[in-house]
Amino acid sequence: MTTAAIRQLLERFAAKIDGPLIAIVLCLFALGLATLYSAAYQAPARFGAQALNALLALVLMWVAAQVHPQVFMRIAVPVFLAVLLMLLGVALFGDVRNGARRWLPLGFASIQPSELMKLAMPLLLARYFHRHETALRFREFAVAFLLLAVPTAMIARQPDLGTALLVAAAGLYVIFLAGLSWKVIAAGTTAVLASLPVLWGVLHDYQRRRFLTLLDPSSDPLGAGYHIIQSTIAVGSGGITGKGWLEGTQTHLEFIPERATDFIFAVYSEEFGLIGASILLVLYLALIMRGLMISANAPTFFTRLLAGSITLTFFTYAVVNMGMVSGLLPVVGVPLPFISYGGTSLITLSLSIGMLMSIQHHRTLVQT
Amino acid sequence: MTEIKNIRRELHNFQVRLGVAGALVLAAFAVLFGRFFYLQVIQHQYYDTKAVDNSIAIMPIQPNRGLILDRNGVVLARNYSGYTLELTLSKIPNLEATINDLAKLVDIQPRDRRRFQKLREESKGQDNLPLRTRLTDEEVAVLAVNRFHFPGVDIRGRLFRQYPLGEVAAHVVGYIGRIDDRDVERIEASDNAGNYKGADHIGKTGLEQKYEGPLHGTTGFEQVETDASGRIVPRGTNVRTLAPRTPPMPGNNLTLTLDIRLQEAAERAFGDNRGALVAIEPATGGILAFVSKPGYDPNLFIDGIDPANWDALNNSPDHPLNNRALTGLYAPGSTFKPYMALAALELGKRTPNQTIFDPGYFMFGNNRFRDDKAGGHGHVDMYKSIVVSCDTYYYTLASEIDIDIIARFIGQFGFGAKTGIDVEGEFVGVLPSREWKLKRFKTTPLQQRWFPGETISVGIGQGYNSYTPLQLAQAVATLANDGVMYRPHFVDYIQNPITGERTSVEPQVVKTIPLKAKNLEVIKHAMVGVNKEGTSARAFAGAAYVSAGKTGTSQVVALSKNEKYSEATVAEHLRDHALFIAFAPADNPRIALAVLVENAGFGARAAAPVARKVLDFYLLGKDGTKPDKPAPPAPRPVDEPPAEDDDRSD
Repeated sequence: MTTAAIRQLLERFAAKIDGPLIAIVLCLFALGLATLYSAAYQAPARFGAQALNALLALVLMWVAAQVHPQVFMRIAVPVFLAVLLMLLGVALFGDVRNGARRWLPLGFASIQPSELMKLAMPLLLARYFHRHETALRFREFAVAFLLLAVPTAMIARQPDLGTALLVAAAGLYVIFLAGLSWKVIAAGTTAVLASLPVLWGVLHDYQRRRFLTLLDPSSDPLGAGYHIIQSTIAVGSGGITGKGWLEGTQTHLEFIPERATDFIFAVYSEEFGLIGASILLVLYLALIMRGLMISANAPTFFTRLLAGSITLTFFTYAVVNMGMVSGLLPVVGVPLPFISYGGTSLITLSLSIGMLMSIQHHRTLVQT
Repeated sequence: MTEIKNIRRELHNFQVRLGVAGALVLAAFAVLFGRFFYLQVIQHQYYDTKAVDNSIAIMPIQPNRGLILDRNGVVLARNYSGYTLELTLSKIPNLEATINDLAKLVDIQPRDRRRFQKLREESKGQDNLPLRTRLTDEEVAVLAVNRFHFPGVDIRGRLFRQYPLGEVAAHVVGYIGRIDDRDVERIEASDNAGNYKGADHIGKTGLEQKYEGPLHGTTGFEQVETDASGRIVPRGTNVRTLAPRTPPMPGNNLTLTLDIRLQEAAERAFGDNRGALVAIEPATGGILAFVSKPGYDPNLFIDGIDPANWDALNNSPDHPLNNRALTGLYAPGSTFKPYMALAALELGKRTPNQTIFDPGYFMFGNNRFRDDKAGGHGHVDMYKSIVVSCDTYYYTLASEIDIDIIARFIGQFGFGAKTGIDVEGEFVGVLPSREWKLKRFKTTPLQQRWFPGETISVGIGQGYNSYTPLQLAQAVATLANDGVMYRPHFVDYIQNPITGERTSVEPQVVKTIPLKAKNLEVIKHAMVGVNKEGTSARAFAGAAYVSAGKTGTSQVVALSKNEKYSEATVAEHLRDHALFIAFAPADNPRIALAVLVENAGFGARAAAPVARKVLDFYLLGKDGTKPDKPAPPAPRPVDEPPAEDDDRSD
């Protein structure tokens, strides 16, 4: 083969890959693996496992990028129904781990259908609004809310507040972008605020405690407040420049709980300080802005809504996670995208990025 | 056209909404950045301190407790290193199950469990308590391997206190025990609380308690790094750099005036009898032997005594935990007579040669006070009154002296007053007087009144008289020392084990009783007569030194006026106590002692032989061991000639 042929092959291979997105994702992976190396010093196997996860994620991303957006629209309803069925399956036959029924045993492996709903939900709603693009009235929005409410409630009941939150957010972003009237938004916000006391009654004890301890972590320093106190100390003690890679005392003396997964940002900002945290903020901001740009330029209502929702879900991930670790938001199980250890959320995250790339690549081709 | 317009408008609407979302994103990120800036720049110092506090702990390092040695350097209390199995209660969710699991690995007896339970009840404030002490090497190995199964279970290497001689001198040395809630209060109230950081033990009784300060030592400190579960990160693998450690200063060693071989000989001399003995070096006040029988093993108390042993000791009818020498109160009986005789001479109530006739009783009004000897001793002078222990002589004498004058004179010898000895808890006793009776009885004026008849009993050492054996010994030591009273003390010197620097406990003169030498001479001469030809002559037959003594019998139950005491008809614990006071050599006393044998009847029979054995051991080294180097003789006032030997023949 000639070099030209190889180049051509590479070009074809990379044709549908969005440069800025892949660059950002690779940066995030690099930072994530470096942080994990420090956080998981006691379980070095995790580093290799996560590297493998990252490779798998890149492959999935590439695959998703090759798929035409029309296909996403076509599979939206079957995928949604399948995931909904699986959620039902979880409720009936699911495995209980750590007090929550989240896992569906498939014989060879177990999966968390709620995780897949993060993608299935915006796909379905985007497709629904696309179908009714010309006549969006109150009724359509009401149906959309209903479609969103059922799976969200099922996930929240598992209970998995973090995932329910992300699913709800993904759906709400679609509804918002589809043009829900500002009046309804205002009324809805008021209604939600007014119904907070009712919502409070529905929450599990441990969820309530988390909210309460957010307000005053020292009220339960060894219990629910412990996570927040210790991660806040880690972040604060990092200072401007951080304690240096592998030098975090909160990390290495095991004061940070879940330091490889949900609380990895505490490790990161303890060791890399405000400078490191700012770099991460900039990377996420770049990712989100790129996604919003893709959404703005997307060819169809479906792709616009999908890209916008996906992008804003990233935003939700990042803000909820960093807000929780720095003591601004209650502790909910939301990973830091591309940084936290774990394969499950990485699958949906990389599929999302792949979809964004696909939408970006086909932005002009479908325009009629 | 409208459709395109519509699409344009919708696209525009969409982009407005994207713009709103984008603004929301920017706002949220700005808030996050603000939060990071607040935490990492503005509050950095605060959180950095928190992070340090989290993981840097100041660990106290326990000092080695000082040793306790007898006057010849024999070790009475020492330390050895060993391992304990300790439980941190707050980290153990199911204590019962954990102990059961541990019992599969190491030997945990029901006794250990009960002891642990007792410890928990006594020290509620403490989180860390030992389940087992003195683990064997095998047990330590097994536990170390399985430690990760047991959060909150630790093996701790530390020094153990040990009393190698067990019961011998247990009441003197005392014991240390685990710091309980009351100790914590005391420590916190003291200005020395910092020195007890991390300490588990404190002196509870005896010298261990009294000399807690010098024995304890100074606690050292060390910075350590701990991880979130409280485990100490081994030095050298620390994440942080740590300050150098401040080593602990070991406690000082106590060297006693006590001669432990004499102590052993004295304890042996008691056989199975209960009782007390205090032997003092008259010239210094140094305690040579201090016996309270029965004794107990102080080693049982160090890490909490198990309930079975505790019940056995605490409920024993023999009360082994009582320090009889310090807190037992007994009527001095006839050992009181030499002091009464001295009072008579000093107060001018009698001359040595003045005689009375003893018909075997003394009539006071309509009351008949019986003499021990039926039919009486006939004509009795002062010498004979002491040698044969004539009660009638002293009944008569007491009837002629006011009780308050008796109390004032006798009180000079320390009767009914604390001696100031260097252990806690000595009892005061009762030196009867009008004032005492007024305070003692509160209900009716009749009870409070002093009746002259009561003085008669006091005159022979019975009645309200009640003193500790320590007071009896101090009195006879003062008499032997011609009225110069030294504060009795156990500790000769306190020595810093590192510098070798000694702090001596200087003999401390409490007072010098103004006594005429010739009067003292009369009394001492008569006391020599007691051992030579008197009530205790048999016990001292063939002694190679000249000793002075006085027998006594302390009534346990008061007899009605004309009743005759019969040993055979009285229950064992109601029988009279046998007493003996002595000093020797008579002309230059190196040892003075008081012996009390409970419920053993006449002093001559039970107490005098004990005294003989102790004096023989101390002065002659009988018992197969060499005698101690004699202490320098007591400094004598120059104007008083040394007592002369008795010139009477046997």
